[in-house]
Amino acid sequence: MTRKLSALLCAAALVAAASACSSSTSAAGGGDATGPVTLTYGIWDPNQKPAMQQIVTAFEKLHPNITVDIELTPNADYWQKLQTEAASGTAPDVFWMSTTRIGLYAGQGQLLPLSGRPGFESSPFPASLNGIYTVGGKQYGMPKDYDTIGLWYNKKLFDAAGVAYPTAAWTWQDVIDASKKLTDPAKGTWGIASPDWTQENLYNDIFQAGGWVVSPDKKSSGFTDAKTLSGMQYALDFITKYKTSPTAQQMTDTDPSQLFASGKVAMFTDGDWDALTYKNAPGLQADVAPLPAGPQGRATVINGLANVIYARTPHADAAWEFVRFLGGQQANAIQAASGAVIPAYHGLGDAWVKSMPQFHLQTFVDQLDHAVPYPVSANTGPWATADQTILDQIWAGKLSLNAGAQQLKSTTDADLAKG
Amino acid sequence: MPVTRTVGAEAASPSSAGSAAGSAVSVAAARAGARSRLARRVVARHGHPREWVWGYLMVAPLALGLAGFYLWPIVQSVYYSFTSWGAFGGQQWAGLANYRAFLSDPQLPKAAWNTVLYSLLLLASIPLSIVFAALLNQVRGRSVGLYRTLYFIPVVSMPAAVAMVWRWLYNGDYGLINYLLSLVGIHGPHWVSDGRFAVYAMALVGIWSVVGYNMIIFAAGLKGIPRHYYEAAQLDGAGRVRQFFSITLPLLSPSIFFVSVVTVISGLQMFDYVLLMLGRSNPALADSKTIAYLFYEYVFLDHEQGMGCAIAVVLTVALLLLTAVQFRVQKRWVHYA
Repeated sequence: MTRKLSALLCAAALVAAASACSSSTSAAGGGDATGPVTLTYGIWDPNQKPAMQQIVTAFEKLHPNITVDIELTPNADYWQKLQTEAASGTAPDVFWMSTTRIGLYAGQGQLLPLSGRPGFESSPFPASLNGIYTVGGKQYGMPKDYDTIGLWYNKKLFDAAGVAYPTAAWTWQDVIDASKKLTDPAKGTWGIASPDWTQENLYNDIFQAGGWVVSPDKKSSGFTDAKTLSGMQYALDFITKYKTSPTAQQMTDTDPSQLFASGKVAMFTDGDWDALTYKNAPGLQADVAPLPAGPQGRATVINGLANVIYARTPHADAAWEFVRFLGGQQANAIQAASGAVIPAYHGLGDAWVKSMPQFHLQTFVDQLDHAVPYPVSANTGPWATADQTILDQIWAGKLSLNAGAQQLKSTTDADLAKG
Repeated sequence: MPVTRTVGAEAASPSSAGSAAGSAVSVAAARAGARSRLARRVVARHGHPREWVWGYLMVAPLALGLAGFYLWPIVQSVYYSFTSWGAFGGQQWAGLANYRAFLSDPQLPKAAWNTVLYSLLLLASIPLSIVFAALLNQVRGRSVGLYRTLYFIPVVSMPAAVAMVWRWLYNGDYGLINYLLSLVGIHGPHWVSDGRFAVYAMALVGIWSVVGYNMIIFAAGLKGIPRHYYEAAQLDGAGRVRQFFSITLPLLSPSIFFVSVVTVISGLQMFDYVLLMLGRSNPALADSKTIAYLFYEYVFLDHEQGMGCAIAVVLTVALLLLTAVQFRVQKRWVHYA
């Protein structure tokens, strides 16, 4: 009897599998404009999934014959998986793209150009973002959101130390002075966290010092430029000279954003994307100010994601309809209301700013005026990874800044030469 | 005619009349009959039972799986190790370029040393496991199962979860280990973010997670040693220590040999703790990379699959040689009773 039951179950499973196969092939077969089409949409941020789902629902209402399946892959595995899928022709039809990878994907023919598609419009987006997603004169990415960096501070720690809150008038020296006053070894609190993170920390300091990372022709790197060095020195001094930042080891064991969220660190330069984290951190009373001005004035790194279409998608037209919708006002308004990111669409930043009234989020939008695009090349990944390893050694004190900068330059230049 | 006889017998039985269960039985019986008829025919034609045919048929599912998912990929890997890959697939013949690049990689000496060091440290789990197994052998009654489970839990825990918990325990500022050390006045280091300690910290976790598995094998080995050897030794006036070194250890040596071969192999393939306990951005990483971690970096971060295959081939050959040496040397110290 049990044998018969298991045989029946096996048979049922087989039938189910077979029918699942046939139904999926029929969906894939309907690639023409009239039949039903299923698109996959690859994303990596679980915080943004609800907003993406709302956008998809709104899109499906307008296009009853198109279904969109969201495929969420955690950021740690997203690029590995995507590159493997792209190599075997199975990448999602539409997926998120970052500034560091656009050169590789567009340059190697993995994406469909958007310029020239009916109804394509890049004017609603910041020019710096359009520029990053343009490769060889064609735009491949529909800007989705953008981010800038601000100086987050802990109001409680500032009040306790009797230090006035940071303002737009602050310079590097103000940050250094404040960090000294806010550091209290007895309580285990630090004035600032200054990790070797490029986008959140180093690149901003380099640009404020008037230095540069990658030359406009993408052929050389500026790590040995005196101004670039002074920017990196400023960030490193908090650890080595003033001792107002946790060490590299401490920040490896405990993530600096975690140190800030738990009230161990008074100041931390961080992107707008962590606003939700700091909003939800228990007992944290934080706010955000513009980044301080360096020797050459103000600067913040601007970076942002874009939606792109996979070159080998069987549903190019449906995918374009979806990407066009993603780049429209309605989709961006949904993103803004969710509070997760600043929508790329001009004028919709306000809705995002109002989503968390306890923070001066307008800071991030206002800094667009002196935003510098995140440095990229035709294949950013390899040198960005190699640079991080060298920076880790400098920050851990195993390499002097000057010797490390030489290594950064030779490693980066060698990768840039490969194109 | 055995077939007709079996089927006929089934058909005549009352249980098969209209009952579905009965018909299933009769089909099975008919199949069994057909099978025995074929067997008899084979016997008749060749004069002896060709059991090996059935042997091969029985192992075929496993053997095909092994060939398809293990052996063929190995062959492919060897081929790919001579090719260079584009970012999105497509290979070109590259000759020995991958091997040359790997052998001249400045990271290689350090990574090779870390791999060997880790494996040597992992071997420390063997004496530890023997002691635990011997102690467990003394325990009588129900608590044996409890102890066995306790020691075996690390073996069945997911490496990712293990690494996360240990990473927290090792935290330099807020970790439990340094807190306990601070109670006795020791200022503990940053275990997993300081290049001087990270390999040892990982090895400790490795030992902790493998002791339970080794212990089970040694416990089985201990059970296999006849009790009367000890009685005879006792009569000859041997103390416990002498008994351990003259009876237990030599008779346990086959288990020790097996465990040391397996330990060395798993030690040389060490990868997961580097990625999970240290992470990709860590000042200690440059001092703690292993060969398998280099493989990961080349294949999954830089997408140089050809280079990755070359590393895999080198590592496999090294493992084969080392294991061959171990098999050579074992003749001198392993006693098969």
